Amino acid sequence: MATQASRTASRLMLSPAVVLLFLWMIVPLGMTVYFSFLRFNLLMPGTEEFTGFENYLYFFTDPAFWPALVNTLTLVLGVLVITVLGGVGLAVLLDQPMWGQGIVRILVIAPFLVMPSVSALVWKNMLMNPVNGLFAAAARGLGLEPFDFFAEAPLASIITIVAWQWLPFATLILLTALQSLDREQMEAAEMDGAGPFWRFLHLTVPHLMRAITVVVLIQTIFLLSVFAEILVTTNGGPGTASTTLTFLVYMQSMLQFDVGLGSAGGIVAVILANIVAIFLMRMIGKNLET
Amino acid sequence: MGEIVLSQVKKSFGGISIIQGIDLTIEDGEFVVFVGPSGCGKSTLLRLIAGLEDTSSGTIAIDGRDATRLPPARRGLAMVFQSYALYPHMTVGKNIAFPLRMAGMPKEEQERKVEAAAKVLNLTPYLDRRPSQLSGGQRQRVAIGRAIVREPSAFLFDEPLSNLDAALRVSMRQEISELHQSLKTTMVYVTHDQVEAMTMADKIVVLNAGRIEQVGSPLELYKTPANLFVAGFIGSPKMNFIEGAEAAKHAAHTLGVRPEHVDIAADGPWKGVVGISEHLGSDTFLKVQVEGIGPLTVRAGGEVRLRHGDPVSLAPQTGKLHRFDAAGKTIAA
Repeated sequence: MATQASRTASRLMLSPAVVLLFLWMIVPLGMTVYFSFLRFNLLMPGTEEFTGFENYLYFFTDPAFWPALVNTLTLVLGVLVITVLGGVGLAVLLDQPMWGQGIVRILVIAPFLVMPSVSALVWKNMLMNPVNGLFAAAARGLGLEPFDFFAEAPLASIITIVAWQWLPFATLILLTALQSLDREQMEAAEMDGAGPFWRFLHLTVPHLMRAITVVVLIQTIFLLSVFAEILVTTNGGPGTASTTLTFLVYMQSMLQFDVGLGSAGGIVAVILANIVAIFLMRMIGKNLET
Repeated sequence: MGEIVLSQVKKSFGGISIIQGIDLTIEDGEFVVFVGPSGCGKSTLLRLIAGLEDTSSGTIAIDGRDATRLPPARRGLAMVFQSYALYPHMTVGKNIAFPLRMAGMPKEEQERKVEAAAKVLNLTPYLDRRPSQLSGGQRQRVAIGRAIVREPSAFLFDEPLSNLDAALRVSMRQEISELHQSLKTTMVYVTHDQVEAMTMADKIVVLNAGRIEQVGSPLELYKTPANLFVAGFIGSPKMNFIEGAEAAKHAAHTLGVRPEHVDIAADGPWKGVVGISEHLGSDTFLKVQVEGIGPLTVRAGGEVRLRHGDPVSLAPQTGKLHRFDAAGKTIAA
């Protein structure tokens, strides 16, 4: 890739892929922006007209908007806290030499391979169901009143399910990072008089910071768009207790057939995602620099 | 204080015996070097002394106190690792202060000690840098700094110079020797390089296959090696070994003669042909194919005008021959 000719050739050969990817991204985004400025309801075809920011106004003044925003951030933050703390803990445990290590590691990864709607259904019907669920049976066995998870604590229940799904991902990334920790450093700290807790705090945690950053960034991208778990469990309810922005957009465009309002919500979600991304990069992005 | 006594120390990993019963006394203030080929168990022995590995049997006493079951931190020893094992996210100053901080020493005292150590090791300008911003020699000095601030009863070095280039290795070798002279603390040093062992040690312990072959001062090992292994391992270039008829003449199974103890003499008893010659300026090493004996390495002082294929006569210096029996043990003169 040294000569002028080869550089030009490489640019030419790359361009079809780049153009395709660019169109793939810009056309849907452009159409969504365009729709968000239209009065566009599928129940009233032929009445599309330009309305300016009216859709955005309706979306922001929707009584479900602020709860949805808070719920979205709570969900993302809650899952991140659980998966990072739990992931570090599990990774440290799995890093210990033990019998049956290979099988245990495969078992730990398993939840990540179950599709979201299936795992949400399993949690809903087999574990958290107040009549048939395992937790209810356990509660009755202890002489307690069964707890109706999705009615009493819908968002917390969804956070639990999503965290359960993402814990293996965090564990896996953190485990590989842990395995690259220099043994001699640990031994040096041991000779320097640092006990297990101080070794963890002064060596393991700083070593894991980069991997934790990767986990947080990747998970945030996917957690902002969590949908299937909500759809199959609470349907956003009771009321708006478990409605997130993603779910709100779905309700407006798919259930009320208001494509214009849904598009405006979609653009708001895109902007929110970017704000979150900027915050994250400001806070933890420096960990990725060498 | 820093006397370390090993008695009948054994170590095996999953049925494979690595250290096969070692008795050794390291006196207070001594510079002891463990030397041997790779896989001889010298690093394992050091780690047993440090407490990073448990002994399978036998006892280790430090300053007269049984330390066999003590955790590493409570043995009062400091170790310098081959990879330096610096803490990458801490500055040089914090690295050096780490053991003091773990011991709960007050801040001001920590700072005073770190500054003193940095001064000794010429690290003062680098105290705020990270290990990744330092060169290999500087990192090595930080590792040593981290060891000396603890004022341990003995230092353990695990091949500390093997990651450095040749020139730096020589200067660091001298720095460590200087440090030993000024601190007068016991030092135990592991290396596979017999030159390092010869130049630094008060006492060399030659290890082979988990056993001690010989213990002694550098010159003792050079002059009176106990067996074939030590004779071959100590000294550079290697001692020449002669078997067969020529050895039988001296009533030995194997005859050993160092390259520097063979002279080129017109009336010498050994006739041969010069092969490869290595000219180092100060010395010339000749490979000579001797009739009835085989190839010999010969050290000739200064410049020697002999070419490949030239005939040459050699005479071994009397009294400098080493005789070994069939089992490889030295036959007393």
